[in-house]
Amino acid sequence: MIAETGHYALILALGVAIVQMVLPLIGTRLRDPQLTAIAVPAAQAEFVLIGIAFIALMTAYVTSDFSVANVWQNSHAAKPLLYKISGVWGNHEGSMVLWVLILALFGAAVATFGTNLPRQLQANVLAVQGSIAVAFLLFIIITSNPFTRFDPAPFDGQGLNPVLQDPALAFHPPFLYAGYVGFSMAFSFAVAALIDGRIDAAWARWVRPWTLAAWMCLTLGIAMGSWWAYYELGWGGFWFWDPVENASFMPWLAGTALLHSALVMEKRDALKVWTILLAIITFSLSLMGTFLVRSGVLTSVHAFAVDPARGIFILAIMGVFIGGALTLFAWRAPLLGQGGLFAPISREGALVLNNLLLTTACAAVFVGTLYPLALEAVTGDKISVGPPFFNLTFVPLIVPLLIAVPFGPLLAWKRGDLAAAAQRLMAAACLALAAMVLLLAFNQRGPWLAPFGIGLGVWLIMGALTEIAYRVKLGQASVSEIWRRLGNLPRAAYGSALAHAGLGLAVIGIVATTAWRSEAILALKPGETAEIAGYTLSFKGVAPRQGPNYRERVALFEVTRNGQAVTELMPSKREFTVERSGTTEAGIHASWRGDLYTVLGDELNDGAYTIRLYFNPLVRLIWLGALVMFFGGAVSLSDRRLRVGAPKRAQAKAAAVPVAE
Amino acid sequence: MTRKQRRGVLIGTCLVVLGVAVGLVLYAMRDSIVFFYGPSDVAEMQISPGQRFRLGGLVETGSVERGEGTTISFVVTDGAKTLPVTFTGVLPDLFREGQGVIAEGTLEPDGVFHADNVLAKHDENYMPPEVAAKLKTKGLWQGDSEAGG
Repeated sequence: MIAETGHYALILALGVAIVQMVLPLIGTRLRDPQLTAIAVPAAQAEFVLIGIAFIALMTAYVTSDFSVANVWQNSHAAKPLLYKISGVWGNHEGSMVLWVLILALFGAAVATFGTNLPRQLQANVLAVQGSIAVAFLLFIIITSNPFTRFDPAPFDGQGLNPVLQDPALAFHPPFLYAGYVGFSMAFSFAVAALIDGRIDAAWARWVRPWTLAAWMCLTLGIAMGSWWAYYELGWGGFWFWDPVENASFMPWLAGTALLHSALVMEKRDALKVWTILLAIITFSLSLMGTFLVRSGVLTSVHAFAVDPARGIFILAIMGVFIGGALTLFAWRAPLLGQGGLFAPISREGALVLNNLLLTTACAAVFVGTLYPLALEAVTGDKISVGPPFFNLTFVPLIVPLLIAVPFGPLLAWKRGDLAAAAQRLMAAACLALAAMVLLLAFNQRGPWLAPFGIGLGVWLIMGALTEIAYRVKLGQASVSEIWRRLGNLPRAAYGSALAHAGLGLAVIGIVATTAWRSEAILALKPGETAEIAGYTLSFKGVAPRQGPNYRERVALFEVTRNGQAVTELMPSKREFTVERSGTTEAGIHASWRGDLYTVLGDELNDGAYTIRLYFNPLVRLIWLGALVMFFGGAVSLSDRRLRVGAPKRAQAKAAAVPVAE
Repeated sequence: MTRKQRRGVLIGTCLVVLGVAVGLVLYAMRDSIVFFYGPSDVAEMQISPGQRFRLGGLVETGSVERGEGTTISFVVTDGAKTLPVTFTGVLPDLFREGQGVIAEGTLEPDGVFHADNVLAKHDENYMPPEVAAKLKTKGLWQGDSEAGG
């Protein structure tokens, strides 16, 4: 009964989404306020209905209702509760329901909190959101119904792929999708502006918070995915330039560019046409990410579903939305008009450079990701494009951007003074150079470029601090004046400084791990010891252990450093009974220097075990950096100025239609 | 600066960055892409020693041998031809005899493929698409039953 309720709610949601797509558009054409106003309750109703469907599916999972085919395929009664819940989106059908749920959530948020938007813009935005919902709801109902029943019901389920039974991966898809789908807001605003043929600085102010929220979620989602790959896949790496990873990285690059170009548009009324195009491109890349992962054209952990019918359906959705939006763009963009003038050396100029390098780097990743697919389709040759390609193309394009980042915030709008900015950055540059020289002098191994990379990270962090120091007149004003200025500084300034410093932390982590990682593959017998990066590991042996839904063989290492006990590490190999497959659980010891990472391999003939050891210096800075970037975004999002132009909040609340949640 | 000059600077910068990007991509395409071959392809083609490629096929039953320390050798087959492989390191969780495998590395003059990376399927039903395609062309493919999803 619950599954049928969910199915019914999904079909009702489709009906509501069609209403939301059609009526407001007619309303804005005919200037009929009543038809226009339908957009708001429709968006809210759509969210409630999809919410019901999602809760129904989750109920089926939590209660282990194996008469529902989707639950039977992806769950098992003996699975821990967290993974019963995350199993909802750990499969194709459920993850698409989550996708439309987040889409509807954003739509309902604009309907409920966007009361300061012009009626016509809000209605158009919601209509475009509705059209995306129609496409994906049709996709779910026709090709990927999660509520299909079995009769009679099977006794127990097949379980969830063991590598997906992990806390970080449980929350990775919701954040990733919130990022992907969040960019649909920028897309809808862009298309709405094109339909109206009108756009102004206020448009950028309305779009920016939504884009920022989406960007934050995507940042966190990508970081979680990378963190999961690091400790779960047992290879000790954090990024593999796998097509599935690239699929989420491309919208992130484009979205980062969009955040910066929207800034120019808001402040200076320039780059209008470009910002609109970038909004379309960013969501198109999100759609492509969904397509690549969901269609099964790439085979990887994520591409569970191998079904060409679905692939073609999503391809058609992509064609309609991307093609439609670009056609509309070609037709209407000339109406939007020229923006303000600015000199090449100015804040605008710096942000244009940011956009240019980010989109070019994104294009390089795009080529590397899609070229093998295109080549196979055309010639039948099978190739793989791996890390060497991306290191050769992406890195040289992004390094000039990293060098330029600290200059941007120190340049004035319209016409900046590069020499003055350079002078202010002198201290940061000296520190970065000092770090570089020290590392070059004391570094015995690793590529000579590595100290340069670390210096770049220091430069970014110090550059971010310099910006704050400059704005509070550190060293010039009195202490009380500095305090006053610190308090008065807009939160957006702190936010961007935090985000740039977070980028610097991540750069240091990436460079240090890549350049100075130690690795050893050994055959060890119990009682023997191994050494890596100053640690001594003594191998005590391997013992069996029983987990909630798996059996494992656990190795025990006693770790000492300079004769002092540090910790015990227990890497293991798990065998999942239901799923009849296994995972490798790394034993990791984290310290401020880096991670000691141990992997248990197979038992060899003579009683020894294959053991893999890594020492990954400063690797945690990568995820710490991403977290700092996330908080930078959050601080910026809380800035009052992003809501300037909003009428008093109490009044806005009262005007909104109450929504049952 | 006039409007025209400013636009000139903008367009010039764009062209330079794009030019550099295209150059980098073309250069990287030439040197850092890796082709995928099956044992039959390797037998037919002249692959120069030291050229990296990916070898795909099935692990021949009974061919896995543990050598000195952590070195493992096995034979990859596509039914028609076979190729011996050596690998030092930890094999993936699901590396098994008779199952699909992809090894990346170089063919050495002794006729042995030296792999530095071995990928196995991620679950019971998974077969690397390249392997499946190669097996299909050799008539060794059994069943598309899992492809329905």
